[in-house]
Amino acid sequence: VNPTVSRGRLGWVALGAIVALALLAPYLPIMTDFWLNQILTKTLWLGVAAASLIFLAAYGGMVSLAQVGIYGVAGMAYANLVLADGGSAAAWNPYLALVVALVAATVVGLGFGWIAARSEGIYFLMITLAFSVLVFYFFSQVTQLSGFGGVNRVDLPGILGDPESDPKPRYFVTLVVAIAVFVALRGLATGTAFGLGLQGIRDEPARMRALGFDVTLHRTLAFGVAAFVAGIAGVLSVWYNSRITPGSINLEQTINILIIAVIGGLYRLEGAWIGALAYALIDNYSREWVPQVGNILGSARFNTIIGLVFLIIVLLSPGGLVGIWEDVRERLGGRRRGGGTPTTTTTTAGPGSGPAPGTVN
Amino acid sequence: MRLPLRRKQVATADPSVEAAPGTQSVPRILGVAGALVVGGWLLVKGADDLKQFTTVTLNGLTLSALFFVVASGFTLIFGLMRVVNMAHGSLYLLGGYLALEMQEAWFQEDTGLNLSLSGASDAEYGFLGWFAPLVLATILIGVIGVVMQQVFLRWNQGQELRQALLTIALSVIFADQMLAAFGGISKDIQAPSAWPTSVLLPGDVRFGFFRGAIVLGSALLIGLLLWLVIKRTRFGKIVRAGVDDRDMVSALGINVNLVFMGAFFIGAMLAGFGGVLGGTMISLAPGQDTAFLLNSLIVVIIGGMGSLGGAAIGAVALGLVDAYADVYLTFGGTDLTNYSILVTFALLVGVLAVRPLGLFGRPA
Repeated sequence: VNPTVSRGRLGWVALGAIVALALLAPYLPIMTDFWLNQILTKTLWLGVAAASLIFLAAYGGMVSLAQVGIYGVAGMAYANLVLADGGSAAAWNPYLALVVALVAATVVGLGFGWIAARSEGIYFLMITLAFSVLVFYFFSQVTQLSGFGGVNRVDLPGILGDPESDPKPRYFVTLVVAIAVFVALRGLATGTAFGLGLQGIRDEPARMRALGFDVTLHRTLAFGVAAFVAGIAGVLSVWYNSRITPGSINLEQTINILIIAVIGGLYRLEGAWIGALAYALIDNYSREWVPQVGNILGSARFNTIIGLVFLIIVLLSPGGLVGIWEDVRERLGGRRRGGGTPTTTTTTAGPGSGPAPGTVN
Repeated sequence: MRLPLRRKQVATADPSVEAAPGTQSVPRILGVAGALVVGGWLLVKGADDLKQFTTVTLNGLTLSALFFVVASGFTLIFGLMRVVNMAHGSLYLLGGYLALEMQEAWFQEDTGLNLSLSGASDAEYGFLGWFAPLVLATILIGVIGVVMQQVFLRWNQGQELRQALLTIALSVIFADQMLAAFGGISKDIQAPSAWPTSVLLPGDVRFGFFRGAIVLGSALLIGLLLWLVIKRTRFGKIVRAGVDDRDMVSALGINVNLVFMGAFFIGAMLAGFGGVLGGTMISLAPGQDTAFLLNSLIVVIIGGMGSLGGAAIGAVALGLVDAYADVYLTFGGTDLTNYSILVTFALLVGVLAVRPLGLFGRPA
């Protein structure tokens, strides 16, 4: 369990191009409300959730499965605080509820982090998985908070308008948040002393301790940052669905976010949105593409499809789609130095190494 | 043969993480204080209604027994191979379903009348009608476990994260396929009809015969057998040596692949066996795989990964906490049993705060 950060980066130019395309997307003639909602908006918020996982995995060496539990805390907090059907009877201002939800997620995350950060590797994975499933059981049991059929028709902040009639404002808000999360996480991880210390701890915890770093504290704080981002994803998910149920934060969803992160590439922050896009596409279109094979395969067996995709990705390339793309480029072009797949221990991306060398295409 | 040399392992648990002993005293004091409060509360409740207390305790212990059977397989596999088998819960549920299918297909005895007084189940089952599916399903799950290990895990031994991800992928597929094949309705395996439903214990306590005698008995038997195998046989010696130093064991010329296969066979069999017990004692339904994966995780996190004794203690702790929290979380008029999962969480956190590697865990 020793990830490496991306070799070569998506440059600012590429990022700018993607952002420009994303900003124009709603006005393209082929764009439908269905696509905007079911694919693009969904990709963006799922990507934020996956980014919180990838941030910890790529820069902290911690594969956390607690992110869905934490985003569940934020989502449930928001849904309970604003006007909604089910849950507690509070009717706060949505913006105030947003702030409280993010604080709650961060506090819970810091608590989880403090416990989990003392273990490493596969123990960390197991402990965080247990946390996430415990959060799910908590909300399943406590119907005062989760209602009997979830918290429905949640009040949305005014900035989103009415997504039913016009989904564009919600799309733009989600887009801006996703870009901010991406830029902030990447900046934090590669451009600050905190991020560099975190990368040092990922690679050589013993040496960093000898240098006087409080390894556990550093990890805990990184977990808190990721929890804050997961909290954002949780609120975005409530805005997207207008509802939240315990079933939407169960083990299946925990695994889905992990699958998104792994499909995109566990060691590349931008992989979060690539994985989320792949996931959203499979989610929507596998029902049409996949042939009906008895009871085993078919339109109702989405989980089998996504499980198989996940299995194949992990078997072929732990670096996910980004890793496969890099492998292919390496083999075809040979322009880049060999360095093995991203599971090997080479870390060639220097801290703050700026935009990617212009070897696109 | 090709030795399963591991890739460079850098991020294994570091013993020096918890080097500073002085920093541990605060959580430890808190832990002891918490235990005292809980113990006192239970004493009060126990003295209040001894009969109920006995029943709840027995419930907890039988739950513990089931947890132990399942988790001992999980911890055996992890201890030897460092494989976190995230599909363990799926193997549990699949074992139950397979036994149920066999029971319904082959052993449904015709009673002559299609009516029964109980009304719930109109089929009669002999002892064989329960025991044969148990044995067959257990062995079948063991074989499935070995196939899983040989196809998906053997060639990337040592890449812990990748193996965990592979078993997660398998568990997703298993869960969906089981939903397709067996449906979403909760089902039960029938115990032999000749067995009594409950027996009267001293103190006028009625308790389920299957829960009390069979589940508890099999857990004790399995614990004893595992202990004997691990302490007294050559296989056990290799397993113990492998837990401490796998590379050295393989360097000594032992066919590690065969040992790994054996461990995976036994580990998976325990999950399947637990599934049949659980399917008879509780029920089989989608979601039980998650529940028992979580239970196994908590048991081994508390007890320490790879330790059989730790699994036993972890299982007892989890089972009792679950049982007590479901009943005794009432303070005066306020009923907090809804929040019982928080007590489980507190147990987990409490142990981890004091011992990050579990009670009997050792650094890898």
